[in-house]
Amino acid sequence: MSTGSALASNKRGIRELGAEEMVGWDEVQQGVVLPSFEGDAAGIVNMHAEERNYADFNSYTATVASWRVIKPVYNRDICIDCQNCWVWCPDTSIISRDKQMLGIDYDHCKGCGVCVEVCPTNPKSLLMFNEAEENDEALAGWPQKEKKAK
Amino acid sequence: MAKEFELNEVEVWDGNYAASQALRQAQIDVVAAYPITPSTPIVEGYGAYVANGYVDGEFVMVESEHAAMSGCVGAAAAGGRVATATSSQGFALMSEVLYQASGMRLPIVLTVVNRALASPLNVRGDHSDMYMGRDSGWIQIDAFDAQEAYDLPLCAFRIGENHAVRLPVMVHQDGFTTSHKAQNVYPLKDAIAYKFVGDFVPVDEMLDFTRPVTHGAQTEEDWHYEHKAKQHKALMDSPAVIDEVFADFKELTGREYKRVESYMMEDAEVALVLLGSSVHTAVLAAKQLREEEGIKVGVVAPRCFRPFPYDLIRDALDKPSLKAVCCMDKSSPGGAMGALFNEVSAAAYSTNARPMMTNYIYGLGGRDFSVDEAKRIMKEQKAHADAGHITTNIQQFSGLRGPKLGFYEIRRS
Repeated sequence: MSTGSALASNKRGIRELGAEEMVGWDEVQQGVVLPSFEGDAAGIVNMHAEERNYADFNSYTATVASWRVIKPVYNRDICIDCQNCWVWCPDTSIISRDKQMLGIDYDHCKGCGVCVEVCPTNPKSLLMFNEAEENDEALAGWPQKEKKAK
Repeated sequence: MAKEFELNEVEVWDGNYAASQALRQAQIDVVAAYPITPSTPIVEGYGAYVANGYVDGEFVMVESEHAAMSGCVGAAAAGGRVATATSSQGFALMSEVLYQASGMRLPIVLTVVNRALASPLNVRGDHSDMYMGRDSGWIQIDAFDAQEAYDLPLCAFRIGENHAVRLPVMVHQDGFTTSHKAQNVYPLKDAIAYKFVGDFVPVDEMLDFTRPVTHGAQTEEDWHYEHKAKQHKALMDSPAVIDEVFADFKELTGREYKRVESYMMEDAEVALVLLGSSVHTAVLAAKQLREEEGIKVGVVAPRCFRPFPYDLIRDALDKPSLKAVCCMDKSSPGGAMGALFNEVSAAAYSTNARPMMTNYIYGLGGRDFSVDEAKRIMKEQKAHADAGHITTNIQQFSGLRGPKLGFYEIRRS
């Protein structure tokens, strides 16, 4: 699989949260029980997220990051693919395939900064920037390696 | 496979033991419990059945009643038949999760042994905890004696688990007066009881890995209202299923239950409306008063506290002979009329008879309610009927020491 399709699958973040059809009380799900997938989901655990048939009720298909004010920016040139950020991210917003880090899922990342905290490289491969700042500019001004204090 | 429990045709059981036997026969998958007086023997008994091989399910000891009901919610969402028991302060601590259970449409059965709420701390029976649950979205059914404390949980599983209902059900009984009083109880054989309850058929269960689902979702102003309305509709529609289950139970056992029990109401001039073990006291008093003084007294008892049976209360009270009705609330009303007075008055307002309505608070913290006191209150209703107007405060207090206490009165021009 190409790395591009994992970053930009056609189901991820295709709609704003709350954009579902506003049905009446007689049509809402009993007990607010929301199915995660359309149809039989047996074996879904063996599929990558972008291959799964997510239901509209699954937040995978929604953009749920509108309140983020600072964002992590990822620097491929420094990353050692240790997968720490992937393990620690509380919102499954680090995209990784075959133990290679691909990037950030900005439709679901809330900007908590945990990935930056756990990044072990020097300088870090992930840093927080203002939401409005362009990623290219952020990467252009990336800090240099810090020397150990003597 | 669970062992069969050998039972006699007639057993001498108290209300707690009766309820625990009913839970055992329903073969529950998970009981998560934190025992509290006076309901302790229900889960204590259940734990013994599990330990001795009479149940195949799990008994989960937890650290609080909040955790007990949370464990029940999790197990029910996973797809199991689930029940527990509590009382009073434990019920209060559970109350947050009670709303979760009903909103998530999980048919948990909660046997509540009614007890007063602190402060002052009190272990005796009144209806404070039962009243606390009345807006929680659960079906609430009230057992007046040990036999009913056995019969009604069996019905409760059938009612709550019906796919048209899918709501949790509380089965109440009075602390000590019912829970600790041994009476003759006619149990069903295990196989017959289980056949009546039936196999649990889960809906949207989390353990179905072919169809993963989210339980306990958050909704804000754009969805919450619709879900609550749908839940209320299910509760308001549940009487059809409740009546059907009661009819099936009568066919099986000969014991008849109705959402509203009426006694001697056909020609009644005055009536008492009340709940719980006091119903038997009031019926005895009414019979005696009819014989001794010829006063035509009737008694009305809502077996089903939620959904409140407005229709059947209206029918019970819509008698041309009926002049005065006293609603008796065994719970401190906290700055209002008693809840039963409010509900029953609303139903009575839609009758042609429009009887005079009064309210007594009684029995708080286990204060005794005697046959003589019931008769005194009935005679007071007769005095209202004869005078053609309410001759006392609308709300009064029965069995209270100190100066007479009463609130509110009718306006007479």
